[in-house]
Amino acid sequence: MRVYFDYNATTPVLAEVADAVARATRDLFGNPSSVHHYGQQAKAAIDDARGAVAQLIGAEPSEIVFTSGGTEADNLAIRGLAEALEPAGRRHLVVSAIEHEAVLNTCKALARRGWRTTIVPVGPSGVVAPDDLRAALADDTALVSIMHANNEIGTIQPLPHLAAMVHEHGALFHTDAVQSAGKLPVDIRQLGVDLLAVSAHKFNGPKGVGALWVRRGTRLLPVLTGGKHERNRRAGTENVAGIVGMGVAAAAVRRSLADDTARVTALRDRLEAGILARVPGTTVNGATDCRVANTTNISFDRIEAESLLIALDLEGIAVSTGSACSSGALEPSHVLKAMGFPVHRTQNSLRFSLGHFSTTAEVDRVLDALPPLVDKLRSLTRRPGAALGAKA
Amino acid sequence: MSGGVDSSVAAALLAEQGHDVVGVSMQLYDQSAIDHDGSRAFGSCCSLSDLNDARRVAAAIKIPHYVVNLERQFSEKVVSNFVQEYTAGRTPLPCAHCNSDLKFATLAERARGFGAEVVATGHYARVEQDAASGRYRLRRGVDPSKDQAYFLFSLTQEQLAVASFPVGGQTKATVRDYARAHGLPVADKPDSQEICFIPDDDYASFVAARSPEPVAAGVITDQTGRVLGRHAGIHRYTVGQRKGLGLASSPTGAPLYVIALKSHEQQVVVGPKQALDRTTLTASGVNWLMDVPAGGRRVVAQIRHRHPPAPAHVRQIDRDRAEIVFDVPQVAITPGQAVVGYDDDVVVCGGWIDS
Repeated sequence: MRVYFDYNATTPVLAEVADAVARATRDLFGNPSSVHHYGQQAKAAIDDARGAVAQLIGAEPSEIVFTSGGTEADNLAIRGLAEALEPAGRRHLVVSAIEHEAVLNTCKALARRGWRTTIVPVGPSGVVAPDDLRAALADDTALVSIMHANNEIGTIQPLPHLAAMVHEHGALFHTDAVQSAGKLPVDIRQLGVDLLAVSAHKFNGPKGVGALWVRRGTRLLPVLTGGKHERNRRAGTENVAGIVGMGVAAAAVRRSLADDTARVTALRDRLEAGILARVPGTTVNGATDCRVANTTNISFDRIEAESLLIALDLEGIAVSTGSACSSGALEPSHVLKAMGFPVHRTQNSLRFSLGHFSTTAEVDRVLDALPPLVDKLRSLTRRPGAALGAKA
Repeated sequence: MSGGVDSSVAAALLAEQGHDVVGVSMQLYDQSAIDHDGSRAFGSCCSLSDLNDARRVAAAIKIPHYVVNLERQFSEKVVSNFVQEYTAGRTPLPCAHCNSDLKFATLAERARGFGAEVVATGHYARVEQDAASGRYRLRRGVDPSKDQAYFLFSLTQEQLAVASFPVGGQTKATVRDYARAHGLPVADKPDSQEICFIPDDDYASFVAARSPEPVAAGVITDQTGRVLGRHAGIHRYTVGQRKGLGLASSPTGAPLYVIALKSHEQQVVVGPKQALDRTTLTASGVNWLMDVPAGGRRVVAQIRHRHPPAPAHVRQIDRDRAEIVFDVPQVAITPGQAVVGYDDDVVVCGGWIDS
C-alpha cells in the first residue's frame, strides 16, 4: 500500500477533471480568440471555467485572469502592480518572511529596478503579528504581499485585519492563496484583499494552470505582452484544456469542501496525535489553532529529515520537507528558519499534508512504519545530536 | 551515482544481479550559485547536469534515486582540508579524503539509515574477504589504466566490509560496452578529469579565495638560501614543478625545479632535477590493511596515482606512522600526497606523505 501525504506539493487529479481535460483537448481545439464556431466553443468553455473559479473565491468572473499557475499569478500581481505604480513614485514592497519563493524571489528581482522590500518577521507561531506589519509600512509602500496559508506549516494569516491596516495606509494587498483555496473557504470580500493567486493542481486540478483575481478597478500592467487575451492582462492563447480542468476542479472542491475539511481534520489530528504519542522527541512546528485542516509539520529530534524522508519513501510513504534545490536535494527550510528555529530544527522536520483521497488506513500505515524508522536512524547517529548540528 | 558511466554501470550491474538497489547522488555545493549568474563557483563534478544524468540512468534501470545534500560535510571534510594543505605547502589528494571521510562515512551512514547493507561505487578496485583472517583486502582493479585502489587506501576494515566495487573486475572498455548494450544514457560520456570541485582547473584562485588567512607572498630561493625571485603564495607550487616559476634559469643554465615548500617562511626552494631524488619517506595517518612484521616487509609502493610502482621496504614507526625506503631513488616525493604499498595487487598499507 502506497501512501501519498504530500498534498501541499500537488494533489491527485479527480477523475471528472481528467475526463474534462481529455475531452477539451480532443474536442475544443479552437482558438478562443477566433470568431468562428470552433473559437466560440472554446471561448464558452473558458467562460464556464472562469465562472466556477470566481465562485470558489466569491469573485466576479470578469476579475479572474487565468495564468500558467500560482507562480505566474504571484509574478503578475507583484510585477504588474509595480509597473503600474512606479510612475506614482511608490517603490516599496512589504512581504512576510515565510512567503513562497514565487513572492520572495520576485521582490528580489524588482530590487534590480530600484524597489525596496521589507520582510516582516514571524515568531515561532508562524503567524504575522499586526504590529510587525504596521512597523514595516513606509510612506511609499505600494504593495503588501502576505500569503493566506503557509505551504510548509499550514498556518493561516489574519488577512482581514492585516489588509484593513494596509488599506488605511494607502497601499494595496496581494495574497498568495495557493495553499488555502480548496482547503478552507476563501472569500475575497471577507478577506478584504485586492489581489489573490490560486493554483489548480493544489485542489485536484491539472498542473500548468492557475488564476489571479484582481479587484475591479485595480491598475495592473501585463507581464506577458502580446495579444489582447484575458482583458489585456495576460497575453497568449489560452490553455483551454487546463482552464476547463481548473473549472471542473473548482466546482468539485466547492461542493466537497465542508465534508472534506471535517474528514481531513480528523485524519490529520489522528496522524499528529499518533506521531507525538508513538515517537519520542517530536514537536509540532507552528501554531496549531489557526492552520489549514490538512497539514502538520513535525520536528524529530536527532533526525536528519532528508534520511527519514528517503526511508519513508522506500517504504512507500510520500511526505516532504522544507524546499528542494534544483538538483532535488533538500535545503534547510526558510520558513522554519524565519520562525527563529535553530539550524538543526530546520533540517529535522517533515511535512505531512493530507487531502481528498486520504484514508484512515493510510494514517495508520504511517503510524506503524514511522517509529521503527526513527529508532533506526537515531541508533545510527554516533554522537547524539552532534552530527545534525544540534545546538548550532 | 555521479552521473558518470562507471557508477551508472555499477548500479545497473547490481540491479541486474537482483539486488535491491537505491541510487544516491551527492550534492556537494550550492547549485544555485552556478545556475543564476552563470559563473562557476565550483567545478564540474556533480554539477546539475551530472545529477540529471544520474537520475536518468536510475529511471532507465528502474531504481529509486535520491540526491542527498552533503554540502556542509563536503566543505568540512574535503574542501577545508584541501585549502589547508595547500596553504601549508603540501599537495593534497582530496579524492582519497572524499572516499574515506564522505562516501564511506557520511553517505554510508545515511544509506544504513534507509536500510542499505552495502555501499557500492564505480571505483576500479576490488574488495575481498581473506578466508583465513576474516580481514578485508583491497585489490587493484583489473584494468591497470583505470585502477583506483590508490584513492581508497584509507578505507578502514569497517568501511571495506560494506563496500562494493562492481566495475573493479571489468575494464573500462567492457564497462562502456555494457552501458551501450543496455542503453544507458551516459554510455559515451567522457571520463571526468581534474579535481571535481575546482572550476577551470584553477586551484590556486580557489585556495586563495577560501583560505582563512590571506595567502602570503614570499621568496623563491636556491638550496643555500640565496633569493632568486618572489612568489605570490606557496599554495601555487608543488614539489617537482618546473613550469611557472618565473625565474631565469640557474647560473649553469640547467632547469630549476621546486624542491621544497616551507610554510613557516613562506619560502619556495628550488634546485636542479637531481635534488628531487630521494629514497626515503615518512608517512602518517597510515592505514594498515595487512599486518606488517616488526622488521617491516617488502612492498611495491606508489607515491602518486600515476607513478610507476617501485620496490621498497616499509617499516612501522608506530601505529600511525611508517617509513618507506625505496630500492632506487624516486623523483619528487610530495608531502600531502598518499604513498600506498602493495603486495602484488593487494594494498598492504597507505598513508599521507609527510617528508
